[in-house]
Amino acid sequence: MKKIEAIIKPFKLDDVKEALNKIGVTGMTINEVKGFGRQRGHKEIYRGAEYQVDFIPKIKIDVVVNSSLSDQVVDAISKSANTGKIGDGKIFVLPVGEAIRIRTGETGGSAI
Amino acid sequence: MKTFIISGLLVLISFAGAWAGDEIPTVLSNKEAIGLVQAHADYVWTLVAAALVFFMQAGFAMVEAGFTRAKNAINIMMKNLMDFSMGSLAFWAVGFGLMFGVSKTGWFGTSGFFLSDFTPGGDPWVLAFWMFQVVFAATAATIVSGAMAERTKFSGYLIYSVLVSALIYPIFGSWAWGSLYKGGGWLENLGFIDFAGSTVVHSVGGWAALAGAIVLGPRLGKYTKEGKVKPILGHNIPLAALGVFILWLGWFGFNPGSTTAANKDIAMIFVNTNLAAAAGCVLAMFTSWMKFGKPEVGMSLNGALAGLVAITSPCATVTPASAIIIGAAAGVIVVLAVLFFDKIRVDDPVGAISVHGVCGAWGTLAAGIFNIGGTTMKILGVQVLGIAACFLWVFPTAFVMFKLIDLTIGLRVSPEEELEGLDFTEHGGNAYPDFDISHSGSMGSVAPAVARSEAVAGKMVRKTVEQT
Repeated sequence: MKKIEAIIKPFKLDDVKEALNKIGVTGMTINEVKGFGRQRGHKEIYRGAEYQVDFIPKIKIDVVVNSSLSDQVVDAISKSANTGKIGDGKIFVLPVGEAIRIRTGETGGSAI
Repeated sequence: MKTFIISGLLVLISFAGAWAGDEIPTVLSNKEAIGLVQAHADYVWTLVAAALVFFMQAGFAMVEAGFTRAKNAINIMMKNLMDFSMGSLAFWAVGFGLMFGVSKTGWFGTSGFFLSDFTPGGDPWVLAFWMFQVVFAATAATIVSGAMAERTKFSGYLIYSVLVSALIYPIFGSWAWGSLYKGGGWLENLGFIDFAGSTVVHSVGGWAALAGAIVLGPRLGKYTKEGKVKPILGHNIPLAALGVFILWLGWFGFNPGSTTAANKDIAMIFVNTNLAAAAGCVLAMFTSWMKFGKPEVGMSLNGALAGLVAITSPCATVTPASAIIIGAAAGVIVVLAVLFFDKIRVDDPVGAISVHGVCGAWGTLAAGIFNIGGTTMKILGVQVLGIAACFLWVFPTAFVMFKLIDLTIGLRVSPEEELEGLDFTEHGGNAYPDFDISHSGSMGSVAPAVARSEAVAGKMVRKTVEQT
């Protein structure tokens, strides 16, 4: 099993969700997060004074899938979240040790 | 609303009286009846306008809350609430008498305290007039709240609130407006023009705000060691915008209502008020656009208020075209003034000093410059004298008052309290509890419900056992 963590632009969430549904991903968890990368935030103005916004709002998607589906998920997110502009985000793939469905106690692939 | 209906009924009754009482109406009885209708209309207009001006309290509360942080929102509400509530009582007891009582010297009134000019069964005009004046006094008082936001000790603020409504505002007011009732002031005797109070109300509030902001010092973190401005963002710009719209609406009572008479003058005053606000807003937007590269919302909102403050004094004595020029200039002035006060490190979170103090002074000068009947050096001289008198009376008095409060019960909260937020430290509350991660409604509410239903089920089981 793999966990795919994707940090994307908030307005791309619907596109990414649709793309993942299409390839058979049945569940996901999202978080509203803030952060910065190489672009180091941006500048805003408040009552005449400029200030630096370091942490820009993003959405983080957590998806856990069977290893066989992992590449497809990465591909779907890469394509659906892409705008070609700075700040499109990142994808991380992590190994998952175990998955348990709380209600039934099922484990492994059938718990995802 | 009630007053409205009652006054409406009175008008009807007076008509009926005129018809029923005198079987044949005479010229004299008709004249009396017409006079009565006019008097009733004056009451209605004055009190409706008072209600509009009262609503400005809500506008101030929203502007201030929107331009400050969420952790101080309760404190802002409490200050605005108490400005009006404590201010009403102070103005009833002392302020009204000082402002409109018989004034032998021209410096302050000495009669009419505790609304003693009203006797049951007597002329109720003093009540209508008092109501209209008390909402003005509260406007002057509440201006200060914004400039002192996010760091003022609540108990210290309450003392200020009483003193401004009881002493500082009414004494200046008596100089310029005393003759509207029983008084008479030295400034109005010189011919000072301040129709609805650019100076009497707004500059008084603005200069007191300046004194308060200076005595308090800036909010923690507003200015860096290198002297740069580090903006402290307001938590709700739509709320601030709603406040500005409410204030704009309230101004249609503030300026046209200052006729305290239902007459045709109110039409031009309405139009002037609106045009000045619009011009101020547009010019502030373009000024911010040119200076900062984007049309900035905070400055645009302040610009509308700047136009309104500026036209308050000249609204009855200038043409609509002049009103546009006056408002437009105010829109530019307010942006520059906000930047100036930031530069000299006077931290005014909402721009109250720039909007009310500076643009109030500009509006008062403009009343002389653009006077519809022409202007002379004498008129301008008196206007400048009034502007200066206001500053020289209000700023030192308020400064000493704030210093005394600071030395006795304290004017500023501790740095720890300021960082924690005044909502919790001063009022023991949280303005937006459910906007955080909520602790209620998760495990806490489910578990007892389950326990309860199990207990009920258990009881039922026991009952059935007992029955069988």
